[in-house]
Order: sequence, then structure tokens, then C-alpha cells
Amino acid sequence: MGEPGTKEVISLEELEAAGMGRTGRKHLLSILVENKPGVLSRVTGLFARRGFNIDTLAVGPTDDPSLSRITLTLDGALHPIDQVTKQLHKLINVLKIRDLEPDETLARELALFKISADGAQRAEITQLVEIFRGKIVDVNRRAMVVEITGTQDKIEAFERLVRPFGLVEMARTGEIAISRGRGET
Amino acid sequence: MRAVDALMECLKAEGVDVVFGIPGGANLPTYDAFYEAGIRHILVRHEAGGGHAAEGYAKASGRVGVSLGTSGPGATNLVTPICDAMMDSVPVVFITGQVRTELLGTDGFQEADILGITMPIVKHSFMIQHPLEIPRTIHEAFHVARSGRPGPVVVDIPVDLSRVDIEYEPAGEVHLPGYQPTTEGNQKQIRLAAKAMVGARRPVLYVGGGVVNANASAELTELALADRLPVTCTLMGLGAFPAPHPQWLGMLGMHGTRTANYAMDEADLICAIGARFDDRITGKLSEFAPRAKFIHIDVDPAEISKNVPAHIPIVGDAKNILPRLLNEYRALEPDTSRLDGWWERIDGWRRQHPLGYEDSADAEIKPQRLVQALYEATGGDAVVTSDVGQHQMWAAQYYHFNAPRNWINSGGLGTMGFGLPAAMGAAVARPDDTVICIAGDGSVQMNMQELATCAENGIPIKVFVMNNGYLGMVRQWQELFWDKRYSQVDMGRWPDFVKLAEAHGATGMRFTEKSTLVDDIKTALATDGPVLVDVRVTREENTYPMIPAGAAARDMVG
Ligand SMILES: Cc1ncc(C[n+]2csc(CCOP(=O)(O)OP(=O)(O)O)c2C)c(N)n1
Repeated sequence: MGEPGTKEVISLEELEAAGMGRTGRKHLLSILVENKPGVLSRVTGLFARRGFNIDTLAVGPTDDPSLSRITLTLDGALHPIDQVTKQLHKLINVLKIRDLEPDETLARELALFKISADGAQRAEITQLVEIFRGKIVDVNRRAMVVEITGTQDKIEAFERLVRPFGLVEMARTGEIAISRGRGET
Repeated sequence: MRAVDALMECLKAEGVDVVFGIPGGANLPTYDAFYEAGIRHILVRHEAGGGHAAEGYAKASGRVGVSLGTSGPGATNLVTPICDAMMDSVPVVFITGQVRTELLGTDGFQEADILGITMPIVKHSFMIQHPLEIPRTIHEAFHVARSGRPGPVVVDIPVDLSRVDIEYEPAGEVHLPGYQPTTEGNQKQIRLAAKAMVGARRPVLYVGGGVVNANASAELTELALADRLPVTCTLMGLGAFPAPHPQWLGMLGMHGTRTANYAMDEADLICAIGARFDDRITGKLSEFAPRAKFIHIDVDPAEISKNVPAHIPIVGDAKNILPRLLNEYRALEPDTSRLDGWWERIDGWRRQHPLGYEDSADAEIKPQRLVQALYEATGGDAVVTSDVGQHQMWAAQYYHFNAPRNWINSGGLGTMGFGLPAAMGAAVARPDDTVICIAGDGSVQMNMQELATCAENGIPIKVFVMNNGYLGMVRQWQELFWDKRYSQVDMGRWPDFVKLAEAHGATGMRFTEKSTLVDDIKTALATDGPVLVDVRVTREENTYPMIPAGAAARDMVG
């Protein structure tokens, strides 16, 4: 590949060809970290520095107040997941990393949709919300706010269906996950 | 006692005998504690000089270096040494002062978020939030800096917390649940590696600075000698295997020997030990060692398969792994004669492509000749530091390092101005050894001020400025790859290094004559105190051989 010190131009094909260890699928990492100031910044900083792009990110407390859980999703087609987890392990505040197996994992996300809806459309939207086991959390004359929980696929399906009504805005939490069965995630 | 007095106790408990630093408002309490702590403090002239001195100290001794600065500019001046220590895995604890806690986040006078600034370039960092944390944190900082893959640790202490009266109890075991470096090395993998090596017909041991860090040179040498295994070292690994030696191929990589690079190119098995397949080693990655299988031994699991996929990864400490590998290897009773053909090939390259240059016909000193003369004058028995540029590569090529920790340079970051302060730190660590710095005339001006520190403290470093009047390495690239359009590389005639040396309280000398060079060097070495010699060398000499950036080892030029 052309290198900064030389005159050689870097072609995009070359850029894409670089790299190894791509799995080609989405990865859901569950990262247990010490609940201390600056830890999230260490994790996200590492991603930025190594050029890893986070698709979704959720952070919250765990059953142990001294620990937090970071759940994030990454595209394994673009990133060497193995290298990502090894680099994360080098952070001293990171205690445990699980690259969750899709089949053994329960992953959920929450999304809020603000949909423009006048009288006529409201019934139709309400029906969709029922099908998706969602909740209408706010209604006024011109719009309604809907809450949907579920897998990313489900949320994206709902989004596609309500978009034609006029989607004013949408907010998503990013996935959180826990493993199936008795063992700890 | 005050938290800062506890800090002193902790430093002593960690075996710290010397620190390098500069005081300021935010670390006044710390400096008050130094007043009678019984720890040697060397007052440097610039925090970067102090940081690099701490690195030089650490590299020369294997102990943890300590460097201090105040908040704000004191801390930001340490950024380059911190990054340098990260890139070259140098154990240094950096202790910075910080504004008082109530000012944090208010853009207070001399406030800089040094933790935020250095987050991507530290092994770890701590912000003290309660004075009682100081003792435990200091021990954790030393533990993290020196164990596993060594590296820099920053401890930032707000000035108000450092003054608080605390009950000091010597800290017990450090408890870092998220930090458990693997040192052991998996026995099955070691056995597999031994098998692969016994089966290999064209093996090469590719050795990096990790072997020096692990203090595993003797173990490495024993393994190599067990069966005539060819050895090459990276720039950081020089000295891990005693050069010159019949099994020594020379350094590999961009300015390595043809023999070492060709051997990598044709090898069927490469055993990488404490090396990280940096781009200066591999050149064009897709054409790097195309026939080889790789054993990769490293204490940092993230290095394994980062750049080149390893067939046999072994995570752990080389000092622990190499003797076990040797046992397994011996047990398999390798047939040494299988390497005959390989050695014939290697010897052929050695005969055909010895490292060399065309000497001047007159009195002019060729830069390579200067390094050879330094080797002769010291008998190879000195600690050598260098700056960054052509002189660094010539030093690496022509000074044959026969012991670890005798070669100290900035490899990963390539920091100009590293050499002189690093020599100062090395000389403090090893007062009985000759310490010389092979400097560039460009580089040396970046931390020249520490010569005054050396004069003040009687630190007798001998600095040889390879003066070509150019930012030579950049000039070389402009000559070779940019149609000789020399842009901003001519440094002109100034400064007068002899006068500058004298102004700093050191002895200044100037060498221009080839025939008396070795004797002149001996005179400089025999002169008391710090000496800086302006050695006038050929202005436009190129560092060869060379793998052009992004090319393959096969395509070496020069
Ligand atoms: C701090 C810093 N700035 C810039 C560079 C880029 N650089 C690399 S080598 C070099 C020239 C060094 O010149 P000199 O110290 O005179 O050594 P020479 O190459 O002439 O031996 C420069 C500018 C660098 N490595 N470090």
C-alpha cells in the first residue's frame, strides 16, 4: 500500500484489501468494566484510535454496584473482532469480555418513535403497535409516541412500516444482552 | 504524615533511587517532601528531557524510571516521552501535579486534562481522588509499569489532596482484577513449536525488544546455539544476541542487512520472539516471508496475529518460555545437518552482500566510519544511545552490540531529541559504564538543554554529533523518492556546537580528520565530565541498504 512518505497514491481498492480476521457478521460484545470515572472513555477511545466503528452502544449498572456493563455491536465484516477483544483486554479496568454467540443470547433494544398521525391514521398505527406488542406512550392531535422493545430486526421492521405515515423522529437505546441458561454472561 | 510524605515512602518501597523532574505550583507539596526524603532528584531543564532520561534509566537498568512534572505545561511537556515509552514498552511512572480539586474542569490556571490527553498512549493511568488512595495507587502504578509488557503509567495528583494528613500504612499486595498478564506459556504450544523447528529446513529466529525487556538474552542465545539457528534482531532487539557471531545475520528490516532480509524472505519457519511485525520490518505485508510458517512468542496477546497470522502462538514471558522450548527441542534430537544447505545459502549472501560503504579518499569522515571508530575506541564495551535519523541506522548497523541494554534508542515513535537525555538517564543508572550518545545535528538540538543538567550533576556522557548539516534522513528520502527537491532540510552552519557545549558547562570538541579519529575519540572518552563532540561528516551520504517504503525485502536497494 502506498505509504505517507512516498509519492505513491493510495488507491481505495488497496485500502479495502488490507486487514485480516474478518468474520463477516455482526458481533455483540458484552464488556464488564469497573465502575470508575473515565472507563467508558477509555473503551470508546480505544475504538476510535484503532479505527473500530461502534454500531450501537449501551452502558448501565449491573447487579454489582462496583461494575458496569457495556454492550456494543460491531460489524465483523469491517473489523478484526479478535484484535478488538484483545486490545480491550489490555485495558486494566476491563474485567471480562464476551463475544456473545447469537444462538445462545437474548438481545433486546428499546426504541421510541414519534409518528405524525391525524385522526384517520391513528387507528391503523394503533393496530401495528398491537401487532408489535408495543405501547403508545403519548398522543396529541398531530402525533403519537410509540415504544417498541425487541430485537433489532423487529424494531427495524416496525420502522419500515410506520415510515410512510411520517416518522418525525426515532430514538434507540442500542442492544443490551444476556446469555441463555444458568451461566453468567 | 502528609500524603506526599507517604508518596516518598512508597517510592522508596518500590526501590526508587532517582527521579527526574521539574517543580511547579501544582506539585510544590511533592517537592517539599523531596527536600528530605533521601531520594535523589535530578532537576532537568525541560520535562521532555526528564521523561526521556527516565526512559534511558529504565532501558539501561531494567528498573522502573520515574519522571515528574507540574500540572498544565509541565504535564503536556511529558506527552512525547509518555508516547515514546508506550511505543517501545518502557516501564516509566510519570507523576504529574494537578490543580486543586475544586478547580478541576473550570479551566483553572495551568489546568490540563493530562489523563484525557494521554489516554491513548499509556499502559494505564490514575487520577487520585482521595488522599488515602495515594499509597495503593503508586504501588499499582509500578506493578503495571513493570509487569507483563512494560509501559508508561501516569499518576495525576491534585495539589490539595497531596497536602492532606493521612495515616500511612505500607500497602500490601496490589489487587487489579482486570490485569493478569499471562507469563507461563502453554506447554502444548511450546512442544508444537519445538516440533516445527526441528522439522524446519530454513528456520530463522526473529528477535525483538521483548527479549531484552524479559531479560531473556541468555536463554535466547542458548536456544540459538543448541542447533545453529540463524538469528536476526529488530532495531529494538539489538544486543539480545551477541554480535558479531557466526549465527548472527545482522539487523533486519528497512535498513537491515540483505542477508537478514533475504533469509526472512526464503525462510520456511520464522520464530518471532518479543517482536511485533512492525511495518519497518515487514515492508509490503502481502509479500512478507511468503514461504514461512510463523511461531509467535509474545507476552502481549494482542500482538499475536495483529499484522501477520501466527500458526503457533505462544503467549507468555520469553524468560519462562525459551528454556522450556529448548528442552523440548533438545528432546527431539534435531538433525543439525539438515541446516547445511540453509547455511550455505546464508553464507553466500553474506559473502556477496556484506554491509559496506565507500570510504573517502581524503581526510573526510564518513558517518559509517565514525560508528566503526566508536566501536574500536570503546571495544564494543559501552552503552550507546542515539537520536533519530540516518545516524541511528548507521549506529545500529556498524556498532556490534554484544550485550542487552547497551543499545538505547527510540524505535517505535522515532523521537528526535531522545538520545542525549536518554544517555543522561543511562549514565545515572550505570555510573561505572561508558555512556555515549550518537546524535544527529538536527535531533540533538531538540533536547540540548540537558547538557547543562549533566554538567551540573557531573553526569559524564559523551555525545558525538554526527554533523552533516542536514536533516539527513529526510534529505535522503527527498533525494531518492522526491526527485531531489530538497525542501527545508538544510540546517546551515549553526549552531557552533563547541561553543554551545562550553556554554552548557561541558567540554566541546570538533573532529574533522579521519586518520586520527579513533585516538581523538579515546581522548574525548578519557575527558572528565560531559563532552560534546562536533564530528563533521560527509554531507550527502545515504543510509543503505534500504527496503523502499512499501516494497518487499527482495527489492532492497543500495
Ligand atoms: C520530533 C521529530 N520531528 C521530526 C521527525 C522527522 N525526522 C525523522 S529523521 C529526521 C532528520 C533527523 O536529522 P538529524 O538529527 O540531523 O539526523 P541525520 O538523519 O542527519 O543523521 C527528521 C526531521 C522526527 N522523527 N521526530
